[in-house]
Amino acid sequence: MATVSGDDVVSLHDAPTRPMNMIEAINDALDIMLERDPDVVIMGEDVGYFGGVFRATAGLQDKYGKTRVFDTPISECGIIGVAVGMGAYGLRPVPEIQFADYIYPGLDQLISEAARLRYRSAGEFIAPMTVRTPFGGGIFGGQTHSQSPEALFTHVSGIKTVIPSTPHDAKGLLISAIEDNDPVIFFEPKRIYNGPFDGYYDKPTRPWKDHPDARVPEGYYSIPLGKARTVREGQALTVLVYGTMVHVAEAVCREKGVDAEIIDLRTLVPLDIEAVEKSVEKTGRCLVIHEATRTSGFGAELSALVQERCFYHLEAPVERVTGFDTPYPHSLEWAYFPGPIRIGEAIDKLLGA
Amino acid sequence: MAKQGEGGGYNRPRLQLHVPEPKFRPGDTVDFSHIVVPEAGVQTRPDEACEASETNPLCTDLVRVLGDDNKAHGPWDPRLTPDKLREMLRHMALVRAFDERMYRGQRQGKTSFYMKCIGEEATSVAAAHALASDDMVFPSYRQQGILIARGYPLVEMINQIYSNRGDKLKGRQLPIMYSSRNYAFFTISGNLATQLPQATGFAMASAIKGDSRIAAAWVGEGSTAEGDFHSALTFAAVYNAPVVFNVVNNQWAISSFSGFAGAERTTFAARAIGYGIAGLRVDGNDPLAVYAAERWAADRARMNKGPTLIEHFTYRAEGHSTSDDPSAYRSAQEREEWPLGDPIMRLKLHLIEIGEWSEDQQEAMDRELAESVKAATKDAEKNGILGHGLHHPFHTMFEDVFEELPWHLEEQAEQAIRERQIKWPQ
Ligand SMILES: Cc1ncc(C[n+]2csc(CCOP(=O)(O)OP(=O)(O)O)c2C)c(N)n1
Repeated sequence: MATVSGDDVVSLHDAPTRPMNMIEAINDALDIMLERDPDVVIMGEDVGYFGGVFRATAGLQDKYGKTRVFDTPISECGIIGVAVGMGAYGLRPVPEIQFADYIYPGLDQLISEAARLRYRSAGEFIAPMTVRTPFGGGIFGGQTHSQSPEALFTHVSGIKTVIPSTPHDAKGLLISAIEDNDPVIFFEPKRIYNGPFDGYYDKPTRPWKDHPDARVPEGYYSIPLGKARTVREGQALTVLVYGTMVHVAEAVCREKGVDAEIIDLRTLVPLDIEAVEKSVEKTGRCLVIHEATRTSGFGAELSALVQERCFYHLEAPVERVTGFDTPYPHSLEWAYFPGPIRIGEAIDKLLGA
Repeated sequence: MAKQGEGGGYNRPRLQLHVPEPKFRPGDTVDFSHIVVPEAGVQTRPDEACEASETNPLCTDLVRVLGDDNKAHGPWDPRLTPDKLREMLRHMALVRAFDERMYRGQRQGKTSFYMKCIGEEATSVAAAHALASDDMVFPSYRQQGILIARGYPLVEMINQIYSNRGDKLKGRQLPIMYSSRNYAFFTISGNLATQLPQATGFAMASAIKGDSRIAAAWVGEGSTAEGDFHSALTFAAVYNAPVVFNVVNNQWAISSFSGFAGAERTTFAARAIGYGIAGLRVDGNDPLAVYAAERWAADRARMNKGPTLIEHFTYRAEGHSTSDDPSAYRSAQEREEWPLGDPIMRLKLHLIEIGEWSEDQQEAMDRELAESVKAATKDAEKNGILGHGLHHPFHTMFEDVFEELPWHLEEQAEQAIRERQIKWPQ
């Protein structure tokens, strides 16, 4: 079985692959980690017998038993709190929060506790948990099934924030997250669970199966946290992006025939600053995209970093494309979503067209 | 501290984790004989002004009024007039007709989502009838019965469900997340149990101001695991707040049975005992018992005797929502075997029994209600269905974030409108 270590380019040519959608890839990663590490336990609302409302844990309770994979009371505070306690014992809990929009009752346990145990006990206690949670909109979920709260977590010291954009990465990153000794929040872009949505909501969506990044290597492999992925190389501008928006950015650049370099950040904290600098220094122009609200979003951090570190290479101000600073509206979901038009305008502006 | 390995190693017994398991899974034969169903009418009814502890025995009992003979029994019989009973029957039947039609509408692509309350109609309709129309209710997403009992127009409900240009909530909320200040119906949240401390706070405010209105909140049994539930009860107990908490124990929280909220250990009503407030456990499929319990609690609150926790013991007869298929996790037989029957059927049979109703009248009423729902649906469809262009103007998306629009939202509104013109040039 191939193992990837230390490098940003994952090459697993020797491992046989299987086409998977993102849910299957996540399920596979969980299966492998339950198998490899008897300290891994999975819990959350409806994750046990039923296998999760998105089916990410389907079949795992059957295979590993009820004390490794189990349902919980509806209490996000309880779920994350007991994960802290289990971590203190030496387990490696992988709690699921059914929707990122429902993580807020658990924030005290995550922010004041999990994120600070190591620091406040000088390393005596750690919280080696991975909180998995679906996030993002585009499914007509209204304001409580659509949010992208990643910046709340990147703002907290002591939590790693990981966001995959392909089945291949979802598996390798989730395995790394579970193996990591620090608390990790693992946001799953639910809009692309079943296919690489490109932002054209009025056109039929493709399933993952024909996408090259849906060819997922069998067995164990990990993708290191803190390493970005170059989706495509280019000279005209750098696009810093993650999650669902990777595919939207790709589609827009393809359609406009822009020679963009698209960097899928994969991990927001710790950030692959080298990859960011290298690309922006080469292209001199930078577009930051996220679906989350704009004000104090992670794009603000990225744009500040680029300005601080690449200022003399910049030929235009950094552009940000984001969701609007409103709750996610139900009927006007597609007016809210930072789609091809918004991205296209920003690219034109950056290139001075 | 040494890490303990397998078996502990201290010559002490090995610990085991208990993970609850429901009695029946798909395909299992269902036998509900473990559920104790006491005879109707035998439960004592303490005075509304009693010490909270006097209700303790009722927290593990089951208040029932309608017996197998379809007659009303015992001290909890609210002795409602036949007109009132017929009105409650009508409202419950209307809720059911409405649910059936909206469910179909979702399946036909007219909206994104719907949630029925089939089998649980009494817990909202009968309870709403027991409250004053200006008592503030803090519902969960399964109390459409309150709006219907308060005479809220069906067309408005459907406009909201379709997120169309007639929707008073401007298409912002997920279907069925209603709000109506005029009908004393608090805006529904998607985040579970948040309404409970809010109801306590409303009740406290009413008491601060020397008002006479009380508050009532509803929550599913699964959601009582949230911290908000416990905060709400603590505050209510501390300030003796005039609030009624309704826990609708429909046995299931999506795929998780009530054991995951603690039902293997005690009843939900018994939570009241620990907080020192009044508690009642009622047959939630018995509209007369629900009415009586809610009325008892409301009167108690109005006399400044404090909060009551009511557990409505009922059954979620269908899926959690249009996104759920319960055949994947529970036995289909449960619905048929449910020992407390169906609330509409029970009230209908009672009215027939006392000579105030007939099957023919029921049939005629059902037909009439189906027609009125159909007519309301047609009216609402004139305002559009989800995703077909008849929505609120783009600018409304940016309104109500704050009282006044700050510059950045104004800029973003311009952006949204520009994008619209690019996509659909007139
Ligand atoms: C804070 C929060 N966590 C999780 C959810 C997801 N969720 C929605 S409904 C539901 C089950 C609620 O069950 P219950 O309280 O028993 O009410 P019922 O649906 O049976 O009426 C869950 C887990 C949510 N909406 N909010």
